[in-house]
Amino acid sequence: MATHGTDDAGKAPWLTVAGMAPVLLALALFAALLQAIPAVSAGESLRFAWDWVPSLGISLSFLIDGLSLIFGLLITGIGALVFLYSSKYLAGHAHFTRFALFLALFMLSMLGLVLADNLLTLFVFWELTTITSYLLIGFDHATGKARRSALQALLLTGTGGLALLAGFILIGTVAGTFELSEIRAQGNVLQDHALYLPILILVLAGAFTKSAQFPLHFWLPNAMAAPTPVSAYLHSATMVKAGVYLMARMHPNLGGTDVWLWTLTIAGAVTAVFASVMALKQTDLKQALAYTTLMALGTLTLFLAADVGYAITAAMTFLIVHSLYKAALFLVVGIIDHGTGTRDVYKLGGLAKAMPITAIAAGIAALSMAGFPPFLGFIGKELKYAGALAVQSEPFLVAGAVLLANALMLAVAGIVSFSPFWRRKHLADDLNAHEAPWPMLVGPVVLAALGAVFGIFPDLLAYSLVNPGVAAILGDDVKPAELKLWAGVNLPLILSLATFTLGIVIYIYRQSLRDRLAAMGERAISLDRGWDRVLGGLKATAAWQTRVIQSGVLRHYLFITFATLFVAVGGTLLARGGFNVDVSMPDMLLKHWVVILLIFAGAMLTLTTSSRIAAIAGLGAVGIGVALIFIIFGAPDVAITQLLVETLVVVLFGVAALKLPKLDPGGEKTHRPLDALLAIGIGVVVTLVLLMVTDGPLDRRLTTYFETASWPDAFGRNIVNVILVDFRALDTFGEIAVVVIAALGAFALLKGRKTEEEKP
Amino acid sequence: MEVMLAVLVGVLVAAAVYLMLAQNVLRFLFGLILISNAANLTIFAAGRVSTGQPPLIPEGADAPIGFVANALPQALVLTAIVIGFGLFAFALVLAFRAYEALGTLNSDEMRVAEPMEDRP
Repeated sequence: MATHGTDDAGKAPWLTVAGMAPVLLALALFAALLQAIPAVSAGESLRFAWDWVPSLGISLSFLIDGLSLIFGLLITGIGALVFLYSSKYLAGHAHFTRFALFLALFMLSMLGLVLADNLLTLFVFWELTTITSYLLIGFDHATGKARRSALQALLLTGTGGLALLAGFILIGTVAGTFELSEIRAQGNVLQDHALYLPILILVLAGAFTKSAQFPLHFWLPNAMAAPTPVSAYLHSATMVKAGVYLMARMHPNLGGTDVWLWTLTIAGAVTAVFASVMALKQTDLKQALAYTTLMALGTLTLFLAADVGYAITAAMTFLIVHSLYKAALFLVVGIIDHGTGTRDVYKLGGLAKAMPITAIAAGIAALSMAGFPPFLGFIGKELKYAGALAVQSEPFLVAGAVLLANALMLAVAGIVSFSPFWRRKHLADDLNAHEAPWPMLVGPVVLAALGAVFGIFPDLLAYSLVNPGVAAILGDDVKPAELKLWAGVNLPLILSLATFTLGIVIYIYRQSLRDRLAAMGERAISLDRGWDRVLGGLKATAAWQTRVIQSGVLRHYLFITFATLFVAVGGTLLARGGFNVDVSMPDMLLKHWVVILLIFAGAMLTLTTSSRIAAIAGLGAVGIGVALIFIIFGAPDVAITQLLVETLVVVLFGVAALKLPKLDPGGEKTHRPLDALLAIGIGVVVTLVLLMVTDGPLDRRLTTYFETASWPDAFGRNIVNVILVDFRALDTFGEIAVVVIAALGAFALLKGRKTEEEKP
Repeated sequence: MEVMLAVLVGVLVAAAVYLMLAQNVLRFLFGLILISNAANLTIFAAGRVSTGQPPLIPEGADAPIGFVANALPQALVLTAIVIGFGLFAFALVLAFRAYEALGTLNSDEMRVAEPMEDRP
């Protein structure tokens, strides 16, 4: 990436607070977690819990067992190295502090995710990693590509996160608790429950999007738009493994069924093989590594499908192997990019002379990746074959997929870390290559060295981390496989030799294979482009429905509102059995008729006239008629208020009308049959509902209370007044507030006009 | 008697809706007043009406003597009338200002917030 100038980075101070604080934090956490190893390898698990939202069964509880310890150490250990690396890699970048903050936040979120013992706590941290990942992918926010990739990752993993939340809530309702350790103690409760399938689908949706399983993988290669330390840390060693972690964590409670076995086997195998082929095709070193990460995630998923000791041991070992060599290689690619300004395999060659330390670190990491002895990668690969052959259902399918993926992996390892350094091509001079400063070398060297040390002394890893990890998934009674370099001449060894041969052949013929793949790729459907189409379609639909529903014309809004009201109320009426009230003509006196006709006439006059004065008079008639109704039916207070307000309305309208134009200046629709139809429909519905309401019994408890309490409690004889100023005084206060606000608003409107006119 | 009030409310609502759907903002305001009245009558009718006494407690008594009109809906309607008036007064000033600023009372032509040019 050429966004950071190498010259600036060389001169700028890198030993800053923002640069070093995350390193120290990560180291402190790493040291703290290391201390848990003796207890955990002795079969204990450490639990810390605080109440968070006790009413919802959510607690801030953390559990350190074999599985979370592996992840915790990888996160903090690799974190410290990556932080140190980026303090130099991005030194002098205008937003380096922001970058360091995001990266540190991500580390804490990820650590919370793997240590959480409560499903909802886990979910919160899960989402936090999604958000920090979004911020880091989009760190280079000035480029459209980074923004698009960031959004794509956020939307895809965020959608998976929502599914995961739904799955967790279902698990909580089935198990009666959100605590993982308690759920685990219940045994096969989830597998035997009727909701098992929905739970599994939802949880796997979360895990597969996060860990980029085919066909939801395409966000991960795009996420390489992030600065290289981010790719090394989030999108290779840690965050993308959150899905793997989740599958491992849920393995005791969701695994062991045919659905689990087949879903994970097929998704994992397809992802692994597809990604290895795609990796071969890439010419950008970072993209090639991104696809091998996909391959690793697929392989891990593949092995988590099974529940035999060999397969799970293979998964745990490969998890560590992959994190070590992949982080190292990503950092190496960052160094190459930093030192030469390009990541193109065609341009790079002969860098070993200029960058000897990097070349050696890259070589060791690549040998581990390719699975050569005596590196940890070899043990990982042997275990993978042993694990694949131990899978009872389809050993050859699994072993075949692993063999093909491993061979391609070997070829890619050669492309990424052999060819740029040792290829006989002296481009290094043109590219002005130089060795990286030591803070950037520490990471690759330490990580590559660890791959060698653990390879030669596998017991270091086996008893401290791998075996407790396997025990955390399968329970203590299943025996994990042994980690050793030489296991005698057996089927896995023969498969290994086949892998070497096939891998080297692929490496030698990589150019013609790549051309052929490129030709094929042009015809294949691109999920990435499909994503654009889906997003575009979504936006077009939103624009379309906004155009239809929100036309910008007031009448249309009102029409839709009224139509919705009509359908909702009328529909409810129909659904509840329709109108079923016997209506009988009431006994009406002459005064009743007079009042009702007055109101009716007033309303009709307002409706039909095109004279402003006539309309206002009609409104006045309606208002007075309503006041008369209040008087007739024993509500003198209401009638007085109504008369007062009605008078004010008529006066205000009259004053305003003097300055307003006539009602029909022309150009307006006078006959609106559709509006009339809707108006009549609503009127009928309202009448029917009101008839049904008044037909039912009346609950007079409140009225009785007010009648009996008014005098003894509030010393008032006018019950309506007592209700307003005493029992419901706060409501009245609110009413006064509304009137004051309306008055202030009106005042501001009228006043605002004056200042506007005063403006030049 | 509630039957008659129900029919009356239906008529008022129908007239109000038709007026509110008009292009002229003044007609919309007429509709607003009518629908306020209809709402008040609805509350009043839902509490049942009787041609009886107003809800007052005579001197010397602790509670109303005999059957009196339902006090609760009356209190609610009183509040509603005042708030309805506040709403109307504000809407009237708004329409008045809109006419001053835009020179029209036709709501179809009031497109400052959502102009036609924005539409694809």
